[in-house]
Amino acid sequence: MNSDIVVFLVLSLIAISSALGMMFSRNAVYSALFLVLNFITVAVFYLLLGAPFIAMSQITVYAGAIMVLFLFVIMLLGAENLAPSKSLPWQKPLAYILAFVLVVESVYLVISRAQVDKFISSPEASLNSMDNLREMAMTLFNQYLLPFEITSILLLVAMVGAIVLTKQEKGEQK
Amino acid sequence: MDWTIWLEWVLKGFILCLILLTGFAYLTLYERRALARMQVRVGPNRAGPQGLLQPIADAVKLIFKEEFTPSRVYKVVFVLAPILTVVPSLILAAVIPLGSKFMLFGREITLYVADLNVGVLYLTSIASIAVYGIVLAGWSSNNKYAMLGGIRSSAQMISYELSLGLCIVIAILLGDSMNLNDIVNAQKGMWFAVIQPAGALVFMIVTLAEVNRAPFDMPEAEQELTAGYHAEYSGMKFALFFMAEYQKMIVICMIAATLFFGGYREFWFLQGTIFSVDRFWFLGPIYLLLKVVVLLFFMIWIRATWPRIRYDRLMAFGWKVLLPLSLILAFITATGILLAKELNNQLFFWSIPVLSIICVLVAVVFINSDLRRKSHGRI
Repeated sequence: MNSDIVVFLVLSLIAISSALGMMFSRNAVYSALFLVLNFITVAVFYLLLGAPFIAMSQITVYAGAIMVLFLFVIMLLGAENLAPSKSLPWQKPLAYILAFVLVVESVYLVISRAQVDKFISSPEASLNSMDNLREMAMTLFNQYLLPFEITSILLLVAMVGAIVLTKQEKGEQK
Repeated sequence: MDWTIWLEWVLKGFILCLILLTGFAYLTLYERRALARMQVRVGPNRAGPQGLLQPIADAVKLIFKEEFTPSRVYKVVFVLAPILTVVPSLILAAVIPLGSKFMLFGREITLYVADLNVGVLYLTSIASIAVYGIVLAGWSSNNKYAMLGGIRSSAQMISYELSLGLCIVIAILLGDSMNLNDIVNAQKGMWFAVIQPAGALVFMIVTLAEVNRAPFDMPEAEQELTAGYHAEYSGMKFALFFMAEYQKMIVICMIAATLFFGGYREFWFLQGTIFSVDRFWFLGPIYLLLKVVVLLFFMIWIRATWPRIRYDRLMAFGWKVLLPLSLILAFITATGILLAKELNNQLFFWSIPVLSIICVLVAVVFINSDLRRKSHGRI
């Protein structure tokens, strides 16, 4: 348990600093790379919590597919170096207030809901067994079948929509 | 935790890296000699007997070459990119079982580095990360040809990853597990390549595209892009890209052998004889090596015989042919297994290879007629 705490603290440090790096990089490609690092750190968090399936899907889907597309678009548009845009006058104070509220909220939740030495405890039964994968699939395809199907249809509609928007009709001039 | 376990892990990881590095060195020699034979040449045969020391000579040459960093590159990413390309190709092999197990100093030593219950997913996730090295190399070189190579490779790898995932799904369905050890043991009676030959074929085609080998080596098409994403790299940094490509070839062949060709297990008809892996553990790695060498030979053979495919055709082939085909194959496999289990009739199970081969033939006919129409000038 003790070594888990150390790993957790180091990982959180990496996660937070990569998130900050993502926000403050001037170059869009560096931002994207920091975000990839952040996703991978989160995947290691899942591993720490005994959920290897979710960790691997996190890497495949977010770091492997979505961020590659992001990078692809950034490079294709040549939008690496964005000019500093003008911010609205009331944007900054509002952002500070909202950030403060978020911090207070999360600290309150952590203190009220969990004891500090408990909140990274992993469910031992699911650790490194094939069962948690099977169980997850069973729940997903029995109990939550309808939400799952609705999500799939939503994604399909989004995909068809994107193709229709970009498709050039036959005989239509550019 | 016991320190001997740590020692075992470190040693196994180290030995695996050594195997891959040596494999890379001799794969280059193997490829050059085999290519030379097919082109009626001799190939490198001067350094050592039969040119066996040629890889060492190459390595020495590359180490002492001048390492040149162009002045307008994005330095950090430029240095990071070759590393990001090599590391995934090395760690990919961690979950592949090289053999069963043996006893040494009274403890059981298993012949894999990690026994992950989501081993197959690990493979797909690491393979999906491997694209970063190439993309970043292309971008950081600050050179339009390198950039085009990087963009091409990312588009290509994303497109072919879908079919790759579906082919892996076929192996998961047949093996009823995501653990590579279970998949290998499920092939004791029959290789998955026999039950699903079309799946194995599509898998081999897709992996060629994933490792950017001929005929899908668009990211480094010399005639169009000078040398593609590694145009600005020299010396050891270039050697790292070279290394990554050949290590990926080896690892991909190991994965293909594991998923479809019985892994480290013997041929199914040798089961129970003296050549069985259950009898002698050291036969496992030998069988795997044999299978990998044969699969590698096919890759080299394809490179020697087939011209590079045009880029738009490559994308069309991936999206319009391979993706629907692998979807249908996964569907056929799942339905066959389910019906065989529910109706208790093995006939449905054996309809899987028949139906999937018919699907492949339909795809071939479709491609053929499409190409013929295009050759008459109507594009």
